[in-house]
Amino acid sequence: MPFFAYTTVFLLIPTLVVVIGAFLDGDNRFTLGNLDGLTSPSVVRGLVQSLVLSAVTAVGGAVLGGLLAYAVSTARDGSVTKRFVTSLCGVLAQFGGVALAFAFIASFGGTGLLTLLLGKVGISTGTGFWLYEWDRGLMLVYLYFQIPLMLIVFLPAVEGLRPQWREATETLGGTTWTYWRRVAAPILLPSFVGAMLLLFTNAFSAYATAKALVSQGSPLIPLQIGGTFTSEVLLGQENLGKAMALEMVVVVAVVMALYAWLDKRASRWMQR
Amino acid sequence: MSATATAQGTPVQLTDLRRVYGGVAALDGLTLHLEPGELVALLGPSGCGKTTALRCLAGLEDPDSGTIEVGGRDVTGVPTNKRDMGMVFQAYSLFPHMTARQNVEFGLELRGRDRAARRARAAEMLDLVGLSQHADKYAHQMSGGQQQRVALARALAIEPQVLLLDEPLSALDAKVRVQLRDEIRRIQLEVGTTTLFVTHDQEEALAVADRVGVMSVGRLEQLAAPADLYTSPRTPFVADFVGLTNRLRATVSEGRAQVLGGSVPLLEGSAGGPEVVVLVRPEGVTVGPAGDAESGAGSATVVSASFLGGHGRVVARTGSDELVTVQVPNTDVTRYRPGDRVVLGPRGDAALAVSAD
Repeated sequence: MPFFAYTTVFLLIPTLVVVIGAFLDGDNRFTLGNLDGLTSPSVVRGLVQSLVLSAVTAVGGAVLGGLLAYAVSTARDGSVTKRFVTSLCGVLAQFGGVALAFAFIASFGGTGLLTLLLGKVGISTGTGFWLYEWDRGLMLVYLYFQIPLMLIVFLPAVEGLRPQWREATETLGGTTWTYWRRVAAPILLPSFVGAMLLLFTNAFSAYATAKALVSQGSPLIPLQIGGTFTSEVLLGQENLGKAMALEMVVVVAVVMALYAWLDKRASRWMQR
Repeated sequence: MSATATAQGTPVQLTDLRRVYGGVAALDGLTLHLEPGELVALLGPSGCGKTTALRCLAGLEDPDSGTIEVGGRDVTGVPTNKRDMGMVFQAYSLFPHMTARQNVEFGLELRGRDRAARRARAAEMLDLVGLSQHADKYAHQMSGGQQQRVALARALAIEPQVLLLDEPLSALDAKVRVQLRDEIRRIQLEVGTTTLFVTHDQEEALAVADRVGVMSVGRLEQLAAPADLYTSPRTPFVADFVGLTNRLRATVSEGRAQVLGGSVPLLEGSAGGPEVVVLVRPEGVTVGPAGDAESGAGSATVVSASFLGGHGRVVARTGSDELVTVQVPNTDVTRYRPGDRVVLGPRGDAALAVSAD
């Protein structure tokens, strides 16, 4: 019951507001005009750039986080290293917004600490403006929370690989390569792809970090939605914002449906 | 079960194997020979080294010293995937993303067998373990017993020189354990593969093995046929570990121990001295109602009487305050109630004596 109340207030009602608002004009009359607005070049560009940013950071985060998860899984249970890395990732996966943007500006900005230190040893990172661009800058910053999130989500799957599977492969005549190619990789694939999809939605819906870092225009769809509600230049765009939000809801729903299917498949294989 | 193994398998010789983990010897000079086609069970408590011995034979562990020969060939340094051994693990070893058939075909595929040959062999093996109709099921769609049967079929499909069973029944229900235990023995006799079976369950070991090796702290205490192991234990550990044992104080004269008002011959390896403790099985003691004036060496008072299905058990306290467990026919259990006076006596089977200190 509390869960139902919670999801009603924080998920169901906002979703309904978005869905209904997407089909209303400024006078609360039914219209498809807001959906037409989704085809405007700036909105399409925002969606495409959001998808590219999310996909790149999801793949990058999944690969690097997956490797990190494997490395952590080889540490002894309860070891200091393992506890430290998993705890740290638990914190870093939630570290975003203004604080993260500031950390990167202080490190990689034009007068950032690392920029200056690298400059002193003869390595130039440019003016530091790249940090504020949606592609290079945001991709790097997003990876900062994507990699730890991947570790948290993917580690249980890696640790679910049973030693018996490797040993059975060996006794049947297989090598380590055989094990990874024929046994471990196929077993981990649904979990890996599922975790990557989760990373995709995580990046796709991120707002605060991008808002804090990107000052020129609104290159991403969450920023464009924000703009329709807060802009003092473009007025009466709230329902277009809701249409864009509906667009995001559809993307996330498709991705999460795929995730749920993969998760079901993975958990069936991992059950005892 | 007392079937005799066929002689079409491969001999196995473990010689003076040692393996130390962090200062603790898991194997302390283990020497063991398996005849071709023989099923030997290694029995012992947790940490006695039985699984380490099996894993060394599989190549999954390297002994610190000693040699392993299979079919006369030294395989001590040979990697696992070149040893040609079939192995069944405790549980959860089937590849979960493959069907039963694909699991069984896996080892054959790694050996380069063509699809038709793989299919035929997998069908044959699944038929052998009675799971032909489950060939297309995944592990999560099968019971624990069925999974272990598939694991057995997978291990045998590659026609291994040696079959290794690492407590394959320990995760199963009691009834399934007994069924599968008998099944394993039937199949092993049918294929004639030399087999090492590791278990901590004495009943399991005694039921399936041609010979049982009892291990303790990395050493083989005794290796013998099940009946010999039970009736003629060579060490106190074996006597204690295999079956129930009464420890009764006794005096020794002329090679016989005087106990419970009677005498029993002593087994080879028994401790000497005028006063010893003899290890007597519950079925090696008789019990009967006492007369009014009975107060001799065998007189005792019933503490409990239990019906255990196929037989009954009476526990009685002697005048010297020793608790004695006696096995009785199940129809006799109701004759005894707590507090009844009874007379105990030795049946006369040879027993092992240990020092009274």
